[in-house]
Amino acid sequence: MIRLGDVTYFYPRATTPALAGVTLEIPTGQFCAVIGANGAGKSTLCYTLAGFVPHFYRGKLSGGVEVAGVDVPASSLAQLAGHVGLVFANPFNQITGARFSVREEIAFGLENMGVPLEEMATRVEDILGFAGLRDLAERSPFALSGGQQQRLAIASVLVMRPPVIVLDEPTSQLDPIGSREVFAVLRDLAATDAATVVLAEQKLEWVAVFADRVIVLHEGRIVADGLPGDVLASADLAQYGLQPTRYTQAARAAQAAGFRADRDDLPVTLEEAVEFFR
Amino acid sequence: MTAGGQRTTDDRGAATGAALAPMPIVVANVSFTYPSGTQALRGVSLRVAPGEAVAIVGENGAGKTTLVKHLNGLLKPSEGSVVVGDWDTREHTVAKMAARVGYVFQNPDDQIVERTVGDEVAFGPRRLGQPEAERQANVAAALATVGLTDAAATHPYDLTTPQRKLVTLASVLAMRTPIVIFDEPTMGQDAGGVALIGGIVESLKAEGRTVLTITHDIDFCAAHFGRAIVMAAGQALADGPAAEVLTRADVLATTNVEPPQLVRLAQALRLARAPLTVEGFVAEIVGRGQ
Repeated sequence: MIRLGDVTYFYPRATTPALAGVTLEIPTGQFCAVIGANGAGKSTLCYTLAGFVPHFYRGKLSGGVEVAGVDVPASSLAQLAGHVGLVFANPFNQITGARFSVREEIAFGLENMGVPLEEMATRVEDILGFAGLRDLAERSPFALSGGQQQRLAIASVLVMRPPVIVLDEPTSQLDPIGSREVFAVLRDLAATDAATVVLAEQKLEWVAVFADRVIVLHEGRIVADGLPGDVLASADLAQYGLQPTRYTQAARAAQAAGFRADRDDLPVTLEEAVEFFR
Repeated sequence: MTAGGQRTTDDRGAATGAALAPMPIVVANVSFTYPSGTQALRGVSLRVAPGEAVAIVGENGAGKTTLVKHLNGLLKPSEGSVVVGDWDTREHTVAKMAARVGYVFQNPDDQIVERTVGDEVAFGPRRLGQPEAERQANVAAALATVGLTDAAATHPYDLTTPQRKLVTLASVLAMRTPIVIFDEPTMGQDAGGVALIGGIVESLKAEGRTVLTITHDIDFCAAHFGRAIVMAAGQALADGPAAEVLTRADVLATTNVEPPQLVRLAQALRLARAPLTVEGFVAEIVGRGQ
């Protein structure tokens, strides 16, 4: 469960807020995507949920932030570590630099949590397989391609099994099918393990398919919040600097040319588009 | 091949008036193994004609970045050769190759060296020996192109990562090289940023420059690049017109890539053709009913 009550935040020296009056409740087990143009506040929202705002970035935070039953502004980053995991947009920021192999890097968080050795070994091997990193387990984290580093960053957070998982554009360097797989895993973690997942993303096709809910941020405010099919087909999307999927674009253009002009439910996914155009 | 006096003239020529001199790229049977022992390229051969727009797609770790780092001489082949124009990359320094091949890194933080955005964008042109007036004009034009004119005095690290990526893009544009290479240009960009970069690719094409990009954004690839190369495990699996290569779902799937959204839709609907643009797709749909 995540609760934000009228949250406003200024980075140090900033004169405009990065988040402005954000009130939000995300129930346990929900997979919630956050979309918006660059600068809309997506990363700041992620940092706020994980406590990096205000504990690392300082600045001025007002309002209440509660994540997994913990009062975030009142807790230290160390206290928050077991409750919420954050995957940074740039995997380079995630990698500790304190470990020499991919396997050790993934184990780093578990070591700090004091997980027993045998359990640690099992969890690390499981996540290596799941992240497609088993063949790279002995390689230095710095001798990976950009996309492989991003897989490592995701794996090293998921291995800790935090009840709340926050990810800031975690698939920006992943190949297309790899991206879709990450979305599917997040959906499964939310659905079967009751993890609460908050994902800032630009890849609207996979948001449309996998997320339970979509929030649109614009200039630090929530301007839309609802089911993917409703939010992503909305004509308002463009004014927030977002481009609908090609499926929605094609349906809208086809309607302008007189095709199925009576339909008011535009497709956002491939499956819906097949139904619309058939 | 490395006469000192000759080089200055060459560099300046390539950077200015002769920017559009025909400059084919010939990659002949190139293999490359990193010092760690990882073999990243296995016998890659390809030819890029002057003025072509080529996208390289493929799964993480396929060797895409390793391949393009060979085109500007950052990496030298373990076997085989790379020739740009009449220059074999093994016989020329990276600094010299920079007059012919501009390369925008995947991670902007691997590229940025200066303390203001303006100085950063002027860095390459200065190294190429562009005369001052011309350099200033190129820097101003490049900053305007990426929408960062007002940020010229800003420290690059006071910008967001997507903005820093635009700074590195401007740095390469200001060098006015006949060949421009982008490594994941749309990474982290929003719809406005993707449209901006698409416009830059189109104007480079209109000027007759050769543009290569690595991208996971298949819809971006479909919109702007006439030719697509599909890589897997250090080899080119497929190479041809994007309109053809990007419809080969079976080949793409072997390297973790899917066809563009509209191609998948056209294939699911069993349309006769799979257009790459919304306009083309709508024309196909509307035409179907007649």
